Amino acid sequence: MTKTWVTPGGVHPPENKHQSLTQPIGHLPIPAKLVIPLSQHIGAPASPCVEIGQQVLKGQVIAEATGVVSIPMHAPSSGTISAIEHRPIAHPSGMLAPCIEITTDGADTWIEHQGISDYEHIAQRKLIEMVGNAGISGMGGAGFPAAVKLNPGRQRPIHTLIINATECEPYITADDSAIRERAGEIIEGIKILSAILDHPHNILIGIEDNKPEAIAALAPHVEGTGISVVDFPTKYPSGGEKQLIYILTGKELPSGKLPADLGMVCINIGTTYAIKRAVINGEPLISRVTTVTGDAVATPRNYDTLIGTPVSHLLEHNQFNEQAGGRVVMGGPMMGFTLPSADVPIVKTTNCILAPSYAEIPDDEPAQPCIRCGMCAEACPASLLPQQLFWYAQAQDHDRLEAHNLFDCIECGACSYVCPSNIPLVQYYRAAKGEIRHARDEKVKSDHARERFEFHQARIEEAEREKEAKRAARREAAQQAKASPMAANDSTAGSSAADIIAAAQARAAAKQVSPQEQRAKLERTIAATEQRLQVAEEKLAEAVASQSDKQAVFSAAVENTKQKLEQSKSKLAELAE
Amino acid sequence: MIELIAQHPIFAALIALVSLAILFGGLLGFAAEKFKVEGDPIVEQIDELLPQTQCGQCGFPGCRPYAESIANGDKINKCPPGGQSTINAIANLLAVPAPELDAEHGEESEVRTVAFIREDECIGCTKCIQACPVDAILGAAKLMHTVIADECTGCDLCVEPCPVDCIDMLPIEETIADWTWPIPPKPGQIIATDRRGVLTPAGHREDAA
Repeated sequence: MTKTWVTPGGVHPPENKHQSLTQPIGHLPIPAKLVIPLSQHIGAPASPCVEIGQQVLKGQVIAEATGVVSIPMHAPSSGTISAIEHRPIAHPSGMLAPCIEITTDGADTWIEHQGISDYEHIAQRKLIEMVGNAGISGMGGAGFPAAVKLNPGRQRPIHTLIINATECEPYITADDSAIRERAGEIIEGIKILSAILDHPHNILIGIEDNKPEAIAALAPHVEGTGISVVDFPTKYPSGGEKQLIYILTGKELPSGKLPADLGMVCINIGTTYAIKRAVINGEPLISRVTTVTGDAVATPRNYDTLIGTPVSHLLEHNQFNEQAGGRVVMGGPMMGFTLPSADVPIVKTTNCILAPSYAEIPDDEPAQPCIRCGMCAEACPASLLPQQLFWYAQAQDHDRLEAHNLFDCIECGACSYVCPSNIPLVQYYRAAKGEIRHARDEKVKSDHARERFEFHQARIEEAEREKEAKRAARREAAQQAKASPMAANDSTAGSSAADIIAAAQARAAAKQVSPQEQRAKLERTIAATEQRLQVAEEKLAEAVASQSDKQAVFSAAVENTKQKLEQSKSKLAELAE
Repeated sequence: MIELIAQHPIFAALIALVSLAILFGGLLGFAAEKFKVEGDPIVEQIDELLPQTQCGQCGFPGCRPYAESIANGDKINKCPPGGQSTINAIANLLAVPAPELDAEHGEESEVRTVAFIREDECIGCTKCIQACPVDAILGAAKLMHTVIADECTGCDLCVEPCPVDCIDMLPIEETIADWTWPIPPKPGQIIATDRRGVLTPAGHREDAA
């Protein structure tokens, strides 16, 4: 038996897994409408590439990936696109998010698709591309795009591939039942992963010892493949990535690091099945195994559910008794959240729909004061100090929260589970994490605003300076112009006086018009003035005759013209001399 | 000279002290020039904490002038966009008691806003462009203007100068991406005997409160 390590903390809640394992994986009739949210994963939401009214076939791409950390979405069944709009989705906020709605035609016609069986001889890049194009995101819960995980880069060679079949949360049996029925295909998927990751030395399937049937089902398929199935004692939460790595390898994942930094990749077992279907059968991820369980449903079991199936459709086919239980939880009782309504669709990360009765999971007791008993610290699988974090979260002391490694909290709920005061500890941590992220975003924004403001100020100052410089230059020019005669003298002070006089005479001569021209000009002026005088005298005579009040004006004009005439004549006489 | 000093030790002491004073004075003067601190570091730290909306509600033309004024002893409760959290942070930095927000300068608003120009009403006067402290408005004379929403700090300085009142301050709607869990109600509001609630026919206990 392979050596395993024991994680700190952990709890043993009632498992309640047997209820949903009495029957094999079932299939539901295709729902009339499928709603596919565009963001079912970590990363950028997909962008729709279909139009309303368009016919789509099963497996057709309806939304494309945007960027590296993103996945495309495919039509889970054939039909018509009937809406692209905001719809309620499975999110604790109860908010709306962009979705594509398909009205199914019931024919369930596949689009032409083709896989490859000879994956050993295909370039790894091509295989990763196939996984990415199939829209596969991690199916354990977080929903990180699988293709990104499988591409850790050359500088981080992978020596250990860990397949997470832990399924530690109570009630959930989706992976367990999938292993029982699809062990062969799952192992095939692991072999593809091994080929993509350059055949790591260790391939470990981590599974809790509460699934003996699944372990037995895997045994014949792993023989001679180098894959080892490692079972270890059941304890919640063994299925967290960090916890499982420690259990199987004894190595602790440092805070803020990825498994790839340790040369490991951790993949959920449901994802390996999806990868097998994508590569060998050429089928995109359009359905998943989902557990429907809880005392409020008549027949708890697992279903191969199409992505986008409304939760209400699943519940209806299981005779959901609304009287017995008032709420529907997506996920398990430890980490799941109560759905705002049953109209939300199943997404790629939905492993369980839990409809508990009131007796099964009573409403939260009112919280009482923390008595510092320290049970939470004993239960914490991440070795944090939950009660300290609780105090700091209440005080909104972000610095201390970060100093106490709030971001290493995996929100498993073990601390809330053991708390004798019923304090919803995890909710405090989630709220505090949100606040800190928010504060970081604000900081980035305000730094950006400051930069822009400072640039704005600098720009305005620059413009002002330029204006001032121009003004100064103009003033200078004006002063120079005023002082130019003197400046001219000053500037030529070095040359001899004779030169200056000669230059001045030359300038004057250039300005001087020849005497003949001057005389002609004066004669013309005299002639014109004489004419004007004649006209003016006539007008004056008229005005005198008609006793007009303009007499004075005209007589002044006559005088004026006479004067000008005399001036011109005297100038002409001067010129003649 | 040496004899004089030997006969009057007081001169030896005086010379030693004076030369030491000159030496250390020179050293200090050199250090003061060499290791001169550019700007006032406390102003930088206060400026870091202010929200950088540059709205001027504090009565200063921008966040930095207010930070300078705080460093010179001004009150720390004049910043409505920052609200109580900013006041607390500055109080923490300066080790002074945190006062309430001074209502004279405005009230803290729960929702952040962003300016929006009703584009078909815009006459292209460029007055808002000149008013924007972070250059978040785009446009040219006699052409329509628009706000770059991502750059807008919501300071509403552009609303006042608009001659046709075509600028609205719209609240930023919360999306799923920036939704966070609410902080649960403080525990310890009930005592142990209050826990026995009333059972309803469905077995659902009504709230003990």
